[in-house]
Amino acid sequence: MASDSHTWNLVFLQLLLEELGHRVTNLGACVPDALLLAECRRIEPDLIVISSVNGHGHQEGLRVIPALRACPELRLTPTVIGGKLGIAGADDPDRERVLLAAGFDAVFEEGSSVAGFREFVAGLRSQVLL
Amino acid sequence: MTGPAVRPSVPPGAEAPGFGAFVAQAARAGALVVQPRMGMAQAGAMRAGLLATRAALAVTVGTVTLDSYTRTGDLDAARRALAAGAGLNGYPIATHPVEVTRGVLRGVADAGFPVQVRHGSAAPEGIVRALLAAGLDATEGGPVSYCLPYGRTPLHEAVANWQRSCRLLAAARGSAVEPHLETFGGCMMGQLCPPSLLIAISVLEALFFRQHGLRSVSLSYAQQANARQDLEALVALGRIADELLADVDRHLVVYAYMGVYPRTPGGARLLLEDAARLAVRGGAARLIVKTTAEAHRIPTVAENVRALETAAAAAAVERAGPPGAAPPDTGIEAEARALIGTVLDLDADLGRALVRAFAAGYLDVPYCLHPDNAGRARSSLGADGWLRWSSVGSMPIAGLVEGGRPPILGSAGLLTALSHVQRRYDGLAERLPAPTPRGLPAVR
Repeated sequence: MASDSHTWNLVFLQLLLEELGHRVTNLGACVPDALLLAECRRIEPDLIVISSVNGHGHQEGLRVIPALRACPELRLTPTVIGGKLGIAGADDPDRERVLLAAGFDAVFEEGSSVAGFREFVAGLRSQVLL
Repeated sequence: MTGPAVRPSVPPGAEAPGFGAFVAQAARAGALVVQPRMGMAQAGAMRAGLLATRAALAVTVGTVTLDSYTRTGDLDAARRALAAGAGLNGYPIATHPVEVTRGVLRGVADAGFPVQVRHGSAAPEGIVRALLAAGLDATEGGPVSYCLPYGRTPLHEAVANWQRSCRLLAAARGSAVEPHLETFGGCMMGQLCPPSLLIAISVLEALFFRQHGLRSVSLSYAQQANARQDLEALVALGRIADELLADVDRHLVVYAYMGVYPRTPGGARLLLEDAARLAVRGGAARLIVKTTAEAHRIPTVAENVRALETAAAAAAVERAGPPGAAPPDTGIEAEARALIGTVLDLDADLGRALVRAFAAGYLDVPYCLHPDNAGRARSSLGADGWLRWSSVGSMPIAGLVEGGRPPILGSAGLLTALSHVQRRYDGLAERLPAPTPRGLPAVR
């Protein structure tokens, strides 16, 4: 997310996905929308993982997902978001619904387990392993 | 029972007033200055937060933490969020009209309650202009610590930006103003960065500030996971700063743990109290607190005030007790000196030296994803919370510190290390006796 500078979540997700056999391009902190779009179009990944913990994830996720979906090559790419998505805690029941309606395939709010994410990754149709 | 010390009165004209002078005065009076991390989007809430911080039963300074949009220079997004009433995670100082910010500070910020702006920007010129326009002259950051760990601005650009910003800030010096700049270098990545590198970056950033005109600085160090290691580090930081920065006003500032925080109120409180004890024993003059809400969300003002008072009380008790023994030397200072010396030898211009040091991997922050970081260094946490290098990459510190090299962490190991402090302190809190209900005698 363009405004989020946190990276421990990204380091962990990279290690986890690599251990699950996937190749990871980690775009790091403060990813501008244009960079995210350009890299995703270039790589055409099997999964786009957006992780944010600074509380702006909800706002920024809603801005980014239509831009991703507007690219023909990314229209159906599995795209998930997770972390601490608002500034007031993880108990907003509407947030997941709104993010899913906007086009995300899954939402992993803080507190949901790593197992849920693993399961999602295991269920991906494309299982391109190195 | 020793209560927290009272706010020192700053006599006019005693020395150039400002943030550094206030902290020095408090230190002479025997009080640890405590400070929240606090920023609200709306002016009214920000003012109320500062007033509450000032009124806390502790020697406090105020904080205006900026929002992420302002930090990254996306002022349009900040303006839109303000207009839409959407939540911001801090105060948009470059978006609110300057009169609004002056209104926030009027009658709150003064020589007896200096206010520091905290942000996290690798391109802080606009922020420095905005804080100076609002009548403030204390902030924090640094060319490395506000660039590498969390952003993607090229390091050489951050260095140029910070050079200009330091000069802007220094130029505000006047008879009634001594601008103050704090290094964030002691907090790189928040956790899992071995202390020698934290010390080195903090000292190098303070030297950079001095090179660009600042005469009042503070050097940060973030509490890690082992109190003995932290004490050794803080003592080393103080010794090196006294040597290399003898000609400027300076103090040490400790940050309560910057990593994954305990979930229980009891665990969070115990960790904060340990940070306060560390600050006192390590010779720090200021402590940035964390609250019991830290693991869950942005804390309320009341939670911040409680944290300030808890920390001040713990510090006062520690100060009243017998001084602790000097920590044994395990080599942290030698590592820090090797890193600092290597960088200083690269170029007389600190900014150029820092860029070259990172390009060569002489400084290499573990787990840092920034493209200008070599990314070959790795660290690990022992069962006792002692941070060790698993790999030092090209840093000139091989063999200077006691102890072996732990293996490089995988995802599960990383998660365990990241949550070590949370688990430990939540566990300690569980074993605490239940609080006695008010008004009832304790059962004997």
